[in-house]
Amino acid sequence: MSFALILQYLLSGITTGSIYAIVAIGFNIIYNTTGIINFAQGEFLMIGAMTAISFSAFMPLPAAIGCAVCITALVGALVEILFIRWLKNPSVLRMIIITIGVSILLREAGLHIWDEKVRSLPYFTGNECSSISFMGAHISPQVVWVLSVCAAMVLLLTLFFKYTLTGKSMRACSANRRAAILCGINAKNMVTLSFMISAAIGALAGCVISPLTQTHYDCGAPLAIKGFIVAILGGLGNTTAAVVAGLLLGIIEAASISVMPVAYKDVISITVLLAILFFKPSGLFGNKEAGRLKEF
Amino acid sequence: MKRYLPLFFIIAAVIAIQVWVTACDKSFYLTQLTMSAYYTIVVIGLCMLMGYAGQISLGHAGFFAIGGYCSAALSGADCTVFSHSATGNLFVKLGLLMVKQDLYGSSLVQLHPWICFGAAILITIFIAYLIGMPVLRLKGHYLAMATLGFGSIIYKIVLGTKVFGGADGLSGVSPFEITKGFSICGSMAMRVPNYYFAWLLVILAALFMQNLLHSRAGRALRAIHGNEEAANAMGIDTARYKLNLFVISAVFASVAGIFLTHFNGGIGPSEASTMKSVRYVSMVAVGGMANLWGSILAGIGLNFLSLRGYFGSFDEAVFGVILVVIMLFAPNGILFKPGIPWKRKGEN
Amino acid sequence: MDLLEVRKLHRSFGGLHAVNDVSFTVKKGSVKGIIGPNGAGKTTLFNLIAGATKADSGTIVFNEKPVHDKPCHEIARLGIMRTFQNIKLFSKMTCLENVMVGRHVKSKAGMAAGFLNTPATWREEKEIREIALAKMEILGIPHLADTDAQSLAFGQQRHVELARALAGEPRLLLLDEPAAGLNMQETEELGKTIAAIKDLGITILLVEHDMSLVMSVSDEINVLCFGQVIAQGSPRDIQKNPEVIRVYLGDDNA
Repeated sequence: MSFALILQYLLSGITTGSIYAIVAIGFNIIYNTTGIINFAQGEFLMIGAMTAISFSAFMPLPAAIGCAVCITALVGALVEILFIRWLKNPSVLRMIIITIGVSILLREAGLHIWDEKVRSLPYFTGNECSSISFMGAHISPQVVWVLSVCAAMVLLLTLFFKYTLTGKSMRACSANRRAAILCGINAKNMVTLSFMISAAIGALAGCVISPLTQTHYDCGAPLAIKGFIVAILGGLGNTTAAVVAGLLLGIIEAASISVMPVAYKDVISITVLLAILFFKPSGLFGNKEAGRLKEF
Repeated sequence: MKRYLPLFFIIAAVIAIQVWVTACDKSFYLTQLTMSAYYTIVVIGLCMLMGYAGQISLGHAGFFAIGGYCSAALSGADCTVFSHSATGNLFVKLGLLMVKQDLYGSSLVQLHPWICFGAAILITIFIAYLIGMPVLRLKGHYLAMATLGFGSIIYKIVLGTKVFGGADGLSGVSPFEITKGFSICGSMAMRVPNYYFAWLLVILAALFMQNLLHSRAGRALRAIHGNEEAANAMGIDTARYKLNLFVISAVFASVAGIFLTHFNGGIGPSEASTMKSVRYVSMVAVGGMANLWGSILAGIGLNFLSLRGYFGSFDEAVFGVILVVIMLFAPNGILFKPGIPWKRKGEN
Repeated sequence: MDLLEVRKLHRSFGGLHAVNDVSFTVKKGSVKGIIGPNGAGKTTLFNLIAGATKADSGTIVFNEKPVHDKPCHEIARLGIMRTFQNIKLFSKMTCLENVMVGRHVKSKAGMAAGFLNTPATWREEKEIREIALAKMEILGIPHLADTDAQSLAFGQQRHVELARALAGEPRLLLLDEPAAGLNMQETEELGKTIAAIKDLGITILLVEHDMSLVMSVSDEINVLCFGQVIAQGSPRDIQKNPEVIRVYLGDDNA
């Protein structure tokens, strides 16, 4: 295999991997603040992209994306307020089923608002024929967009959680909710905020990947599964690990295409999930104590 | 025998509905009721697993599909080449292989349907043990995702494999002959016997489950659900009980899959999809997680309405709404049967 | 005869030696108390004997059979039953059903028999029910049989847990802080109950903070501190032991 081909696979893997990482980060933010796994995370990507597509008909692209991100963030807040906020001590099972139900509702709403056609945003720069030559591999300029947007999001989130007061408040909530409340932090609002942030970054990721993978009402669920696999692979709650794990999974998937039929590509990632769950549920980078479930 | 009382109501209702439907000349309802019955068997098995042992399974449609696809593939397999060998001849003599005439007059050698049935069940048991052993050591989200992953793998395999017909699934599945004159198939002449056969299976499933619940083993399962650590301390081998129950509920789903496939004359990959698994879960949830009769009612009601198309293009949305609403407002289900020995205390 | 023999038991968590080279025996038919300040390792020791955690090294021999390597449920089958410090009754089951589960180790109907509801199981079920009720009567709570176990008051829940442990007819009963959360009168009654259980021939090992209870029911007491046994003897000897007094009250009050 030539170096150029390997590089091609690598870049393809890194591209999809970075999207998986963003979904996983979305999971982690909500999980860290609430202990809930949000099965509806993938739908945020779908809604973000679909909204942007609708808006781009009468707005310049950056404005459309900006509006879409804001609207999706509001949807995230709405989901939290309607379905999560007023529950007292729900069991894990109940939360899982609720978020699955929410994901179905969002998906069906998407179906009825936008119908089942496949759409996509236009390429941010160039079109589907343009390609950049990079060390012998040919990649679409959109790939550069995906990588830079994802990297920027990770950087901004890290800065947000480390240096801003709100970010620190959210971290306080996740470490010890009661203590955070006693310090005057409004834990309920932090939870809503975590949903909004997850929805926003999901929407942005959905927009940036849309030209490459097309968007349709059903595209959220597979992304959510991959994102969840990545989150577990890295260790639930650990954002940097999610990035590494995402890239890793993306590369494994891309490499797998060269040895087995494309139809089985998803089987690889699910097998990875099962392997991790069976052998090291706390993830590659987690330790045993952290691997225990957080309760609401 | 008070616990069997609801069973008698069900039997009476089954007969009454059949008589009424035939009298009204709406016999086509029977087809959907038969299909609903088979789906209800899956729901009963899942109710046992989720409601009483407290193990969530988001991949149960996978077991339904394993049963259906294996039986369909095996019963449709052309064994002409095999039948000419020594063992093949022996099989023919024993009746395990059947020599038939197909539509064009040439001879067709197929496995006897009960052989296919047995093989499909054995495969299900094998896979269920294989998956169950590691999966049931997990809890909460991890268990849910592992079962979801399992269901996904089955779906992808049947979708992407030629033997299983790929995206088109398998069709032209031969009737399953139970006795002379009665086989599981979609023919109009056999609609009524098929209806009763399906419902007989439902009643058997409910009977077994009721027995189990009131037995020592059922108590052990409920103890595991109540507090697994204490159950272990009281001498209950929790891992073995959970695994055995998992396999049994998988077999329930598989049996339903086998017979429904023969009834429909085919099976498609959507039977293994996550949406199907979610539907089964929502039916258990609506009926009340630990409520056998509620699950049966929900299974019949929701399946029948869905099959008759009452939900239209909102079919999936309805199940989503049901899941959310039930879980938000009535996590113990809405079909609450009074007279259960313990008082409901709200949350798990 | 020594029913239980613990030898050189070690268990650490990370760098903390929760149980450090602990050895002792429990004579058949006696009541042994384990006391010690908080963090002494009593609960860990308990969990090791009951099989909830596994020792890093050392042996536990029960009725001349080694049990330190056996899983929890098998240890129960061999005749060791326990209660829990923060009561672990089975939710969504009545008190009677809870106690009937305690009888699990002495009955044998399996899942197949359960499904088919064979006549053989009818007799066994009746027997399990009767014995469970009998145990509840010993503890004075037969009237609670059909109430939801978790809706009871704390003291009553304790009784149910005890009945549940007794239903398994254990040879050795492990009581994990049975007096926790009980008032003085309830503690006194508990003392009488423990004496009654001892009269049934059951050996008892209990971990407890309540000194009046331990001193009154125990035949022998071990004192644990930082994972090690620092004193062993009759209640009177322990009360006079200077090391024990120092550990509990500090140096000034020796």
